[in-house]
Amino acid sequence: MPLNRKIAYIDLTTGDIQTKPIPLDVRKKFLGGRGLDVYLLYNHTEKGCDPLGPKNTLMISGGILTATCASATARTHVMAKSPLTGLLGSANMGGFFAPELAWAGFHHLVIKGKAKHPVYIYIHNGEIEIRDAREVWGKTVTESQWAIREDLGDQEVKCLVCGPAGENLVRFANVMSGIKNSGGRTGMGCVMGSKNLKAVAARGTMDIKIARPKEALEYNKRFIDQIVSAKVNQTQGALGTPFIWGATNSWGGIRCRNFQYNQCEYADDIEPERIDEICEETMGPYHMTGCFGCQVHCRAQYKIPEGPYAGVYDEGPEYTSQGAFGGETDTPRAVTVLTGNHLVDKFGMDNLETGSLISWAMELYELGIITSKETDGIDLRFGNDDAVIEMIERICYRKGWLGDTLADGGIAASEKIGKNSFDYLIQVKGMSNLHSDERATPGLALNIATGARGSDHLRSRPAIDLYHLPEEVLRKIYGNPVPYDGPLSSEHTEYIGKPWQVFWQENCYMGVDCLGICKYHTTFLGATLPNFEDWAKVLLYNTGLEMTPEEIWDVAVRCNMIERLFNLREGLTRDDLKKGDMLNHRYFDEPCRRGAIDVVGKKIDKKKFIQMIDEFYEHKGLDKTGVPKPETLKKLGLDKEPSHLV
Amino acid sequence: MEPMGKVLVINYEKCTGCRLCELVCAVMHDGISNPIRSRIRVMKWESEGLYIPMSCLQCQDAPCMNVCPVKAISRDEDLGRVVVDYDVCIGCRSCVAVCPFGAMSFNTIDRKVFKCDLCDGDPQCVRFCEVKAIEYVDADDVSILKKKSAAEKISIAGKEAAVLQASM
Repeated sequence: MPLNRKIAYIDLTTGDIQTKPIPLDVRKKFLGGRGLDVYLLYNHTEKGCDPLGPKNTLMISGGILTATCASATARTHVMAKSPLTGLLGSANMGGFFAPELAWAGFHHLVIKGKAKHPVYIYIHNGEIEIRDAREVWGKTVTESQWAIREDLGDQEVKCLVCGPAGENLVRFANVMSGIKNSGGRTGMGCVMGSKNLKAVAARGTMDIKIARPKEALEYNKRFIDQIVSAKVNQTQGALGTPFIWGATNSWGGIRCRNFQYNQCEYADDIEPERIDEICEETMGPYHMTGCFGCQVHCRAQYKIPEGPYAGVYDEGPEYTSQGAFGGETDTPRAVTVLTGNHLVDKFGMDNLETGSLISWAMELYELGIITSKETDGIDLRFGNDDAVIEMIERICYRKGWLGDTLADGGIAASEKIGKNSFDYLIQVKGMSNLHSDERATPGLALNIATGARGSDHLRSRPAIDLYHLPEEVLRKIYGNPVPYDGPLSSEHTEYIGKPWQVFWQENCYMGVDCLGICKYHTTFLGATLPNFEDWAKVLLYNTGLEMTPEEIWDVAVRCNMIERLFNLREGLTRDDLKKGDMLNHRYFDEPCRRGAIDVVGKKIDKKKFIQMIDEFYEHKGLDKTGVPKPETLKKLGLDKEPSHLV
Repeated sequence: MEPMGKVLVINYEKCTGCRLCELVCAVMHDGISNPIRSRIRVMKWESEGLYIPMSCLQCQDAPCMNVCPVKAISRDEDLGRVVVDYDVCIGCRSCVAVCPFGAMSFNTIDRKVFKCDLCDGDPQCVRFCEVKAIEYVDADDVSILKKKSAAEKISIAGKEAAVLQASM
């Protein structure tokens, strides 16, 4: 049964390991994955703890459907207090780790303390062992994984590792698995590094009994047919995520030169079709790969075509690397994007944060806020490909004044650089914005401003807002599983109804993250893809847990509220530019200069933006300051937190 | 008569390495999700991006059948498959040792040998593989397709040679 998978509590200081079952009432309240992780985080970390200290708690989990035959349920979630933002740290990744963890007997790991020397945790069919990793320390992401397989004499072991960036306490280091599965954002690899935890290795062959196997298989078939019939997923399967960057750049929703432009010009060399050509030239006609049990296969395989890394194999690039090392830095060259993508994979570092900070430093350099003295003579102008590649390595190894400074994240760096450098930093809650520009899309602007882990497209983005769907279609999507009869607008440049869409998407994405399903299998990029109603059936057939779509919605609302409670406990206030639900002034002051006719000249209207926040808070049951009302907490059963149920 | 002579054809180049075939195989046969119960397994070379699904080839002169000391393994000509009779099988695992493809496995939980049975004519791995890395086709068609793809290569080579000759 998926429901008999356990939680393990591992203390790296003392070596103490305890395992406990997950009670059914806890499952019904939080399901699993990110939902149960945030409950554990809230209950197992002390207020104000040092994110890099032994008291910070690292959660690693799979969703409740992981390792069942439900489609694309391979997501691994990692959570802790973030060393980048000081608020909620959370990262979600694909690959093969979470299912292996489940077959090894566990759905959740709660890791505390700090080991005396580098170690890795080995989990094998219900057994947990802390092993010496001194020989593995210093190795790159893939080298580490192959070394651990050698150490264990088992090539089927799946690992989560931190790369050199995590060891060097780069505040936005990733947790990595396989070639390029990245638990990026908020520095979860840095937390691993701070605990001397090089890796978690899993290998399992324990049965997971499917509650209703026939129905589970048939429903999975239906699910897959629905998913692969969506045009957006067919395109993903052919071109990978780069197509998203290409499409967004075409109308002007992509950051270029930090935040000076909203479109990258002369980008033919990094358009999705060009990237696809390189993949085909280097890997042959069938060059797409996928995560466990997923038929979307959105990830390309490639070899770097030229330059110092020519011939090196990697996967991707995702659209985020096109944005980070092509658009933002205005270096739209395939070799730069592919090399940059490879380096962050090798080092285990967040590509979005890295590219964003390099492009910010480039703007500061061009403005004279930093000079060649701080850059060690690197000519950090926009468009300098070599400088981008050099800075990636300098950040990972904290080389030079600027490399070391940027490795501490944007806000800490802005305090060190001083002057008015902070004004140019495109971030929310201390996490850099991804490569997209939301000045023409108020719904998306509201999403990044209110995202629990910071400026983020994966936790509440109403991406289908860009499709101009007819209102009746929007009503069908956004009116389920709970009724909504407020206003909705098909116009992506409007402010009407967006707060509800963002609220709905926040719950939809929390839902998939609790179940462990990939977002490409729900209402993210495809309007016709499955959500709450289908999840209730998939959950029943695979696990036997009977929940209505409304009950799953309630779980999502509840878990999002705990994320809010955690952030509030760690100092979130509504309008704080560094720790609040607020955007950089440039969103309100500088209009878009490029793009489609309905985009040029657009900026966010601050008054309407504040009204959207008010309305969003109302949907969530928060007061005007962003704090949950007592009746909201009572309704969600969160009025006695921390309640220490597990 | 219809399924006679049908075979599983694996085109490993098309495989994305997702291993959904392993999941559906195990759930279909045992109602349990666990790759070690799967009759088909995807072998991976991750650092090269190479994935090769391996399953039983239902050999005509099957080593597993020949080696079995109690004659528990036989050919089922209707479905063109090699089958294990569990009432006769003594679980000695000689078949596991002798199979050149590793297609005969031993389930350490149920203590039984197991192999691909083509899901009685509706292989689930084929049904769920959207990229068609595994197909279930008439044996005749397999060689025709191979002939065609080899001929295509010859034709391209011929054209290239002609271009080279013309430019000399």
